[in-house]
Amino acid sequence: MPGAVLEMIGVSKGFPGVRALADVDFRLFPGEIHALMGENGAGKSTLIKVLTGVYSADAGEVRLGGERVSVTGPQHAQTLGISTVYQEVNLCPNLTVAENVFIGREPSKAGAIRWREIRRRAAELLTRFGVDVDPGARLDTCSLAIQQLVAIVRAVDISAKVLILDEPTSSLDRDEVEQLFTVMRRLRDDGVAILFVSHFLDQVYEVSDRMTVLRNGALVGEYQTARLSRIDLVGHMTGRTLSTLEQLHVRDETARVQAEPVLKADGVGRKGAIAPFDLEIHPGEVVGLAGLLGSGRTEAARLMFGADVADSGTVALGGASVPLRSPNAAIQHGVAFCPENRKSEGLIEDLTVGENIVLALQAANGWLRPLSQAKRQELVGRYMTALRITPADPDMPARNLSGGNQQKVLLARWLITQPKLLILDEPTRGIDVGAKAEIQKLVVSLAEDGVAVLFVSAELEEVLRISHKIEVLRDRRLIAEIGNAASVTPEGILEIIANGTTS
Amino acid sequence: MTTLGVKGPVRIRREHAAVLVTFGLLVAMFAAGSIVYPAFGSGQVVVDLFIDNGFLLVIAIGMTFVILTGGIDLSVGAVAALSGMLCAFLLGQWHWPVAVVLPLVLLVGVGFGFGMGYVIHHFEIQPFIATLAGMFLARGLCFVISVDQISITHPFFTEWAQTRIPLGEETNLTPTVLIGLVVFAVAFWTLHYTRFGRAVYAIGGNDQSALLMGLPVARTRIRAYMVSGLCSALGGILFAFYTISASGLHEVGTELDAIAAVVIGGTLLTGGSGYVVGTVLGVMLLGTIQTILRFQGTLSSWWTRIAIGVLLLLFILLQRLLGSSRTRR
Repeated sequence: MPGAVLEMIGVSKGFPGVRALADVDFRLFPGEIHALMGENGAGKSTLIKVLTGVYSADAGEVRLGGERVSVTGPQHAQTLGISTVYQEVNLCPNLTVAENVFIGREPSKAGAIRWREIRRRAAELLTRFGVDVDPGARLDTCSLAIQQLVAIVRAVDISAKVLILDEPTSSLDRDEVEQLFTVMRRLRDDGVAILFVSHFLDQVYEVSDRMTVLRNGALVGEYQTARLSRIDLVGHMTGRTLSTLEQLHVRDETARVQAEPVLKADGVGRKGAIAPFDLEIHPGEVVGLAGLLGSGRTEAARLMFGADVADSGTVALGGASVPLRSPNAAIQHGVAFCPENRKSEGLIEDLTVGENIVLALQAANGWLRPLSQAKRQELVGRYMTALRITPADPDMPARNLSGGNQQKVLLARWLITQPKLLILDEPTRGIDVGAKAEIQKLVVSLAEDGVAVLFVSAELEEVLRISHKIEVLRDRRLIAEIGNAASVTPEGILEIIANGTTS
Repeated sequence: MTTLGVKGPVRIRREHAAVLVTFGLLVAMFAAGSIVYPAFGSGQVVVDLFIDNGFLLVIAIGMTFVILTGGIDLSVGAVAALSGMLCAFLLGQWHWPVAVVLPLVLLVGVGFGFGMGYVIHHFEIQPFIATLAGMFLARGLCFVISVDQISITHPFFTEWAQTRIPLGEETNLTPTVLIGLVVFAVAFWTLHYTRFGRAVYAIGGNDQSALLMGLPVARTRIRAYMVSGLCSALGGILFAFYTISASGLHEVGTELDAIAAVVIGGTLLTGGSGYVVGTVLGVMLLGTIQTILRFQGTLSSWWTRIAIGVLLLLFILLQRLLGSSRTRR
């Protein structure tokens, strides 16, 4: 094996009260796809930020091509040959694809940009990477997957030594992921060293050659992907055995109370979003919404909360028909909604964890009747313990928490209002296996306490694991309702989605 | 992928649509004016549009740069007034040569732009507030120079004001028109064929991304305000040529006319989308409304304001419609 293109030796980084990285070694070889694995808060992001110069390490050294470097910022990293593509695409939506590839380094003659040359070279590059897009199209008219590929094309064209992909697949559907992987493999074969971060184990096993596992800021080990079983990997990541995950499989099928439905939707639909559908959710029942990206999952959930107004049908909450014209109306009837995009639609990053948690309860109480300090502390403390939010400091700004813990804060916010129906839109997206299992467990235990849950997720395995009843959506239409049983498999649901039949 | 290197057919993009709407409206309004008032359709009326609004055109072009970055510059009118006052004072009282005064005045405008841009970028102050401060500062400085209106008697100015460049039989241009056209050409070239210009668009699209893509965000943003300052100063000088006088009360509200012209020209206030051609059309449209009211004769000039208000509202709604259809993929 040739020498490592990038090496980190004994790198440590601490923040006030947190040891983010402790004496971590890391190696990246040319021509490999290397997965960086770990739970939220294990230090993956910190490691990447040290590599790209966003943070400077407290101790240890970074070597690039055998020489010690000190990276001063993303800019400097790029000139050294380390490029990063983030989950949120960092390109300009208002410019064309071609311009996004070349902006800042446009070929020019006598000070004037040569557009013809830009278009020609961009088209060449895109063809070489197999990205099928018109270089003259505005970036915001392209799908997220294409945007990400354009970002990769740009990064690689600038400097092709080390490419860091930070959760590039979180928002992509299966085909798009395949497309991304094709490009990644092509780059690997060209000798680029790729660092890949993803929470999807399947994807990691599909595409990576080696992996490095971190836990609590410390290095657990470096492994050949082919020689490490999934069970062992999860064990390394969590420091636990898988038994806690398996327990969920034991579902109490009879626990459901066949009482009056909490929510009964009758022909509810919205033009352009989702075709009219019927839906019943009973107390203590978990109803999963399954379907591909863009199949209308989120749209259906939003209608149930009044975030969008239905243009047909009626919704009955607790037996009485309620016009859901605004989220406020839904909240009044005991419906809670955790949106898909926790950063932009839910969590207020500048407020503390405690303030975020009491927000909805305070709003429900009315702002003129503030909760007493003691009551607040008691509630926040109780839910932070119950949901195991770490670090357990209610006064920490919410932005400092890892993704999984932010998600738990949002859950706590709604649980504290003691909803009758909880709508969760992709609650486990972008968070690690351990936190995922905890949130799944929490959903199950909520249901046992009589809360009705509408659970939206892109991961069929997850939907199957915790739902009593599964609603399958395709092309913005509810196509099937299946009672969950041991015989129902992800493949079976995929077949329904593919064929549109229950046979 | 098959159109490699070959220009595809001309596509009408959404961002072009706004400019086309403005153009259509301008043509329609001009045609209506020509039908109702026979004298309206002459070439001189078109040229007069440029003559009467030359200073606004230059200022609005500078404003376009700032708005494209997603900012706003409220100081332009005050900086223009200050430029006029400085010209009048330095030429009339201190008798400095024109060759020194004019560059100095332009430099003051650039300096104002730099100061505001610096504060906006490095202290992360809202452009609205920073340029509001600049506006008060410049307006106040006018009155430090003189409380009264000063007339400009310098021969360079009086001659300039009378210069006519014949264009055909009955049509005459003024140097102001030429300057306006040159500024437009330079601005167009800068925005579309220089890295600075493209960075202006990039910042308006997403400044965080622009930073991570390695674009010089700080330099570009400050330069945009410097361009606006330069254009304001130049606009102030052109206005002084036009009126042969200067006053601290000149060009009050010009910043709002400039913003209106830019928005009517199809540039998004959120930045990143728009064309300097649109700004020219926007200024022309405002001028045409004024001209029609002048031909009409009996309506108060405040009807111009009402017309601008209605137009502005329509265009912002139009942008909203175009914008919302874009967000859906």
